[in-house]
Amino acid sequence: MPAVIDAHAVLQILWFLLISVLLVGYFILDGFDLGSGILSPFVAKTEPEKAIVRRAIGPIWDGNEVWLLTAGGALFAAFPPAYATSFSGFYLAIMLVLFGLIFRAIAIEYAARDAKWRKFWNGAFFVGSLLPALLFGAAIGNVIQGVVLNSHGDYVGGFFSLLNPFALLCAIMGLVTFIAHGASWLCLKAPLESLVRQRAIKMRSMFSIIQLVVFVLVSVYFFLAVYPQFGSDRIAMPVAFAAAAVCAVGWVLARLFMVNRNDLWAFLAGCLIPVALIGITAGSLFPNLIPAAMNPAGVVTYFFVPGAADTASSLTIFNSSNSAYTLTAMTIITCIGLPLVLLYHIVIYRTFRGRIAEADVETGGY
Amino acid sequence: MDILSDALMLSRLQFALVIIFHFLFVPLSIGLGLITALMETRHYRSGDPKDKAATHFWAKIFTTTFAIGVATGITMEFSFGTNWADYARYVGDIFGAPLAAEALLAFFLESVFLGIVLFGRKKVSKKFYLASTWLVFGGAALSALWILIANSWMQTPAGFEIAADGSRAILNNFWAAAFNPSTVPRYLHTVDSLLILGSFCAMAVGAWYLKKGINIEHGKRFVKTGLIVGIVTVVLMLPFAHLQATAVAEEQPSKLAAMEGQYQDGAVPLSLFGWVDDATQTTHTFISIPGGTSFLASWNFNTPYPGLNTLKHAVTSFAAYDGVKLQSYQGGTPPVNLTFQAYHLMVALYFLLIVWLILAGVGLKKANKGKINKVLFGFVVFGPLIPFLCIQSGWLVAEVGRQPWVVYNLLLTADGVSPIVSSPELIITILLFIIFYVILFIAWLRIVLGLIKRGPEAAVPASASDEPVLIAASADPVVMPINEAPDTKTPDDNEPKGGE
Repeated sequence: MPAVIDAHAVLQILWFLLISVLLVGYFILDGFDLGSGILSPFVAKTEPEKAIVRRAIGPIWDGNEVWLLTAGGALFAAFPPAYATSFSGFYLAIMLVLFGLIFRAIAIEYAARDAKWRKFWNGAFFVGSLLPALLFGAAIGNVIQGVVLNSHGDYVGGFFSLLNPFALLCAIMGLVTFIAHGASWLCLKAPLESLVRQRAIKMRSMFSIIQLVVFVLVSVYFFLAVYPQFGSDRIAMPVAFAAAAVCAVGWVLARLFMVNRNDLWAFLAGCLIPVALIGITAGSLFPNLIPAAMNPAGVVTYFFVPGAADTASSLTIFNSSNSAYTLTAMTIITCIGLPLVLLYHIVIYRTFRGRIAEADVETGGY
Repeated sequence: MDILSDALMLSRLQFALVIIFHFLFVPLSIGLGLITALMETRHYRSGDPKDKAATHFWAKIFTTTFAIGVATGITMEFSFGTNWADYARYVGDIFGAPLAAEALLAFFLESVFLGIVLFGRKKVSKKFYLASTWLVFGGAALSALWILIANSWMQTPAGFEIAADGSRAILNNFWAAAFNPSTVPRYLHTVDSLLILGSFCAMAVGAWYLKKGINIEHGKRFVKTGLIVGIVTVVLMLPFAHLQATAVAEEQPSKLAAMEGQYQDGAVPLSLFGWVDDATQTTHTFISIPGGTSFLASWNFNTPYPGLNTLKHAVTSFAAYDGVKLQSYQGGTPPVNLTFQAYHLMVALYFLLIVWLILAGVGLKKANKGKINKVLFGFVVFGPLIPFLCIQSGWLVAEVGRQPWVVYNLLLTADGVSPIVSSPELIITILLFIIFYVILFIAWLRIVLGLIKRGPEAAVPASASDEPVLIAASADPVVMPINEAPDTKTPDDNEPKGGE
C-alpha cells in the first residue's frame, strides 16, 4: 500500500473493482452458456434436443463472451504488467482456453448449418466449453496461492507446477459452478415438457450438491495449506470471508427455489454464487494482482507447490498500474460505454425472454 | 533449422499467421455487412419477396463469415500478452486503452445486435430488425476504428513521453495518440478497401448465377448492387490512398524508401515493376517515372527523401537505440524486396479492380438486354481474389515496412517479444493454429459455397411465413413470474405461404 491514498491510488482501486465487475459479468453470463455447452451431451441426446440447447444460448452467448474480452482489455489498459505476466506466463494454458473459445464459437454458429459435420461441431461445442470452464478456475487458484516470479516480473514456475492441488481443486470448483449455473439456465429456457428440461432439473440438483462438497474441500485445503503461507499484504481477507457468506446464502436460496420449482428465482439466486466466488478471489488478492510466492525447491522442478509469500516480487495494483492520466481516460470511456452495454443487454434479454418454443428451434433462426 | 530454436522468429511467424487468417474474414465480414444492410434496407422499403430472399441469403453468408472473424479476433487480443509481453509492458499505458475501448464500445454492440440478426426476425419489428443489421455493420466499423487507432499508434506514435527510467512509454495526450498522424488516412484507406471486397463478392455471386443461368433476377441485382458500391469505393480509394501515401512519406521515411527500393538520398521514382537486390543495394525497375513518388507525396518531382543507407544509422527519438544498435537488428532496415513487391503488387491490383468493374458493367448491360455473356461473368466470378490479395499485400507493406520496429522509432520488434515463452511451446501452438485454422477455413468454405449453390430462394426458412412463434412464454406463471405480454406480431411476413 502507498503511504498516502492519492488520486492515482483511488483510480488504481477503482480499476481493480471495475475489472472484478467485468469478471462478475463474465462468470454470471458466459458461465451459464459454458455450462450449457458442457451439459449438452448429457441433457440432449437427439439432434432436436441439441438444437434446443443451442437455441437457449444462441442469441446471447456472443455478447456474454465479450465480457471476457473486455475484462482482458481492461487488464491490459489498467495493469499491463499483470496482463503481460499472466498471459505469457500461463502460455499453454491460455492457448488451450483460446482454442476452446474459438471452436466453441464456431460450433454454436455452424452446428445448425452444417449437417455433414454435425458430430464434429457437437463435440467441439462440448470440448470448447469444458476447457475454458476448467482452466479459469485453475488460473484463479494459482493466482490466489501465488506464483513464482523473477525480477523482470515473469512467471518462471513452468507449466506443470500450475497443476498443483489447490489449483486443481479450484478448477473443479469452477467447473461444477459453471455446470450448475448452466443447468439452472436450461431449466429456465427449455420447453416446459421437454426431456431436456427434465434432465436439466436432475443435473441442477446433482451439481448443486457436488458444488457444496467441492466448496468445502477447497475451503479446508485453503485454511490448511494456502492461507498460512499468505503474507501481511493480503489486507482484504475480511471481504473474502464476507463473500463466502454470500456464496452460502446464494446456495441455500437457490436450493429453496429449486424445491419450489421456481426456475427463474433459482437461476437468479444461483447467480449470487459466481458473484461471490469472484468476490472471494478479489478479496483474497487485494491489493495484489499477481502475488508472488517463493519456490521451495530453489530451482524449477516439475509439479512443485509454491511456498511462502514473496511480497517483494508481487505485482500489485500500486506497482503495476498505468498512469493516472490513462486511468482517467479509461474511466471516462467506461462511463460512456458501460451504460450502453447494460442497455444492449436489456434489449437482447427482453427480446429473447421466456421459454423457447419448439417452433423456434425448428427454424433455428437461420 | 535455425528458425526452430529462434523464439523471436517463431513469435513473428505465429503472429503473421494468425493476423493474416483473421484478416481474411474481417474484411469480408465488414464488406458483406454493408451488402447485407443494403439488401435489408431494400427489403424493408419494397417488401418484395425477392428482396426478402436476398436479405436472408446475404445475412446467412455474412453471419457465417462474421463468426470466424469474431473467434479468430480473440487470438489477436490474447497475443499481445501471450507472445509480446515486453511489448505489452512497454506500451501498455497507451495501447491497452483502444483494445479495451474496442471491446466496450464496439464488440458489445456488434455481438448483441448480431444475436438479433440471427434469431430475432420473428421477435422484433421490421424497423428494429433493419436497425440491427446497420448496428452490426456500424459496430464492426467502430471496432475497425479502435483497432486501427492502435495500429496507427504503432506506425506513427504520438501523444506520449518516455518514463524517467526509460522502462515504458506514458500517455500524455489522449487525442494526439488516438488521432496520431496516420489514424485517419489509415482508417479511410482500410475501410474503403474492405467495402471494395464486399462489393466484389456481391458481383461474383451474381455473376455466377448469371453464368449458370439460375436465379437470374437475383444475379442481376447482386451484380448491380456490387457494381454501384464497387464504383463508389474504388473511386474514393484514389484520394484515400493518396492521403495514406503522404502520411507514410512524412512520418515513416524508411518504409517509403523500402517501398521503392531507395538506398541513396534523393528524389524517389515511381516504377511499375521491379526487383530489389538487397545484397548489392541495386533496384532494377521497369517503366519508371523519375521523381514520380516524390511528386505524389509532395506535388514536386524534385523533393528529396532520405534513402535506406542514411536511415539505418538514424538516431531515433528514443535514447535506448543509437545508430549502431539499430543497425544490429536486421541491418536496421525493413526487408526491402518484400516491402517493394508487396507495394507494387497492391498498386497493380488496384488497376485490375478498375478493369474488373468495367467487365462487370459491360456484362450487366448486356444481361439487361437479355444477352448473357458467360465468358465475361466467368472472369467476374473470380473478382474477389483481386481485393483479397490487394488487402493482404497492403498490410504486408504496412507491417513489414515498419520493421525492424514494432513501434516505429521507439521499440524494436526484438525487444517486444515475451522473454519466457520458449520455442518448443511456440512450435506446438503454431502447428495447432495451422491445423485448427485449416479446419475452420474448410468448414467456412463448404458452408458458404453450399449457401451460394442452394441460392437465395432456399435461404428463407420453410416456416418463415408462418405465424410468429413464441408459444409457451407465459404458460406457467409460477415458473416464469415476469409478467409479459405475448409477443407482438410483426408484419414481416405478409406474403402468402409458399408464395416464393
